[in-house]
Amino acid sequence: MDLAYTPEEEEFRARLREWLAKVLPSLPPKPSPDDWPGRRTYDLGWQRMLYDAGYAGLHWPVDAGGRGATPTQHLIYLEETEKAGAPYVGANFVGLLHAGPTIASEGSAEQRARWLPPVLRGEEVWCQGFSEPDAGSDLAALRTRAWRDGDDYVVSGSKIWTSHAEVADWCELLVRTDATAPRHRGISWLAMPMDAPGITVRPLRTLAGSAEFAEVFLDEVRIPVAHRVGAENDGWRVTMVTLSYERGTAFVGEVVACRRVLGELAREARKNGRWDDPALRRRLGRLNAEFRALWRLTQWNVSESQRTGGVPGVGGSVFKLRYSHTRQELYDAAAEVLGPEALDLGREWTLDRLSSLSYTIAAGTSQIQQNIVAERILGLPKGR
Amino acid sequence: MDFQLTDDQRALKAGVRELLTARFGRERLRAGADDGPPGLDRSLWRELGEAGLFALRLPEADGGVGLGLPEAVLAFEEAGRVLLSGPLIATYLAAGTVDGAATGETVVAAVDGVLVEWLAEADVVRGDATGAEPLRSVDPLTPLHRVPAPGVSLGADPDAALLTSLLTAAEQLGGAARTCELAVQHARTREQFGQPIGAFQAIKHLCAQMLVRVEVARAAVYAAAVTADPTDVAAARLLADEAAVRGARDCLQVHGGMGFTWESDVHLYLKRAWVRTQRAGGVTQSEGMLADDLLAGAD
Repeated sequence: MDLAYTPEEEEFRARLREWLAKVLPSLPPKPSPDDWPGRRTYDLGWQRMLYDAGYAGLHWPVDAGGRGATPTQHLIYLEETEKAGAPYVGANFVGLLHAGPTIASEGSAEQRARWLPPVLRGEEVWCQGFSEPDAGSDLAALRTRAWRDGDDYVVSGSKIWTSHAEVADWCELLVRTDATAPRHRGISWLAMPMDAPGITVRPLRTLAGSAEFAEVFLDEVRIPVAHRVGAENDGWRVTMVTLSYERGTAFVGEVVACRRVLGELAREARKNGRWDDPALRRRLGRLNAEFRALWRLTQWNVSESQRTGGVPGVGGSVFKLRYSHTRQELYDAAAEVLGPEALDLGREWTLDRLSSLSYTIAAGTSQIQQNIVAERILGLPKGR
Repeated sequence: MDFQLTDDQRALKAGVRELLTARFGRERLRAGADDGPPGLDRSLWRELGEAGLFALRLPEADGGVGLGLPEAVLAFEEAGRVLLSGPLIATYLAAGTVDGAATGETVVAAVDGVLVEWLAEADVVRGDATGAEPLRSVDPLTPLHRVPAPGVSLGADPDAALLTSLLTAAEQLGGAARTCELAVQHARTREQFGQPIGAFQAIKHLCAQMLVRVEVARAAVYAAAVTADPTDVAAARLLADEAAVRGARDCLQVHGGMGFTWESDVHLYLKRAWVRTQRAGGVTQSEGMLADDLLAGAD
């Protein structure tokens, strides 16, 4: 067991730090949260800077245009960019972390050449069209239909929880191409151009008041058959290849950020006098233990995937279960520190408290994650 | 960075497990519980000494094994897993300073707050145990004495409290992992309503959370073994205590009525976990240290 970084890893960190210190002051001002076109421009601009400096697609394989970095280098990258206050992946999320890797793994040579470079260079934005109003945790129940008509699919249905839909160029879309086959075997993966006729995007206002998501309605949208990645009706497997490719790095930046927030909470509490309450101190002390452990678990999972070369694993479920819960605890503790101020939406922690509520729901609810842990790790029988 | 067990560490862990399975199986555990009061098995103690358990950190030149804290933590995790009896940590800490401790010839107990574990069986006692009175220990496998004046004298080593806390965390981790296994075994075989109870989500989710607590605690305990940093140790201890106590509680719940019986092993895990939580200042001290750490460096 070795927590020390190798000289090569330390050199990678030092070069990255140096570069961040140089470029971050030159960034344009951050756009306001509701300025979607502004956010797109800002996020793509940051991606372009990463590309020019050789950091784009750090964790992508080299033959897909990536840097082929090790999981540990990726961990260092995420840790350092968060500590330096660099922009988040933002609008590049789906392109860099899901659609891109899916195309890299399952796409044809033409598809890779068409779609991957613009993601790396910060030229195109992807969004995700997986969930539907009646297909949430039970994703395989999706009903958006696609019919063949010549060289096109004609697609009708609706998608939900789509981030960046208003400003995306492409949507990775799961559609049902065979309604008679068993549910998991009648699904295909399509790349849908977001400017195609028949697409209506309706922003979805969350309980935090902002429109972070959208509903996407599809009315006989024509998508070329050539835009299908993988075989027809093999879309479930195509999608899961990437979803299960877990390097343990999914929440690195967030854990770093939570630890910073926790320190800020303690200082705020000392300033406003609530630190004198031993119950609050104990609560914050406990959270310190939690986030320290989550950081160690991250290092553990990353080291594991470094050894195995990135395994389809369920260890990520263990991490996500604890992290999503602890993040909510953190912002509940923030409310105790703030007292009446916790009701002021002008306080950053109040908004963060609201958005933390999605963590035990998004990307697999805690209940589904517990089923996964129980069945796939502990070997308990399937059933309800 | 390679935060995974090395091949040698895996082999050591497997070796300790093999030794303990052979020499401290369930029959022995139950004999202590059912035929009490438990005495210390001197021949087992010597065998543990021969195997190097108490001498793990002594240099090879002094007859030790010359290994570090991570290895000690792995060995104590295995000890915790089988509820190995005796003042293991006090004897480990005395190796090198108390004659015969390293080889298992001498059994060493230590005053920790107002409590002393295994006082009557010890050849050497660290700290002032004058006026110690036996109490009716909640754990049938850990005899306890109470001393009139609280003191902490876990050993001559300045890091004794830190190491006691870390190795206690390791034992708690082992116990927590074992109760998770016991709960899963029971859930897979016990049938009600025509199916294994483990097919019900209510049971699945209890078991899943047990595993989550074990794995989070494992990362914290192993990291603390590598860094030996007091705040890391406090975090490890807090999470391992919780994993052990709540793990045993949930294991008991999964076992239903049988879990409430004396003949089930589950209560032995819960009671030992309770005993361990009292060591080296316990949870209050850990939480306080972790809270203070948040303001470290702040003006």
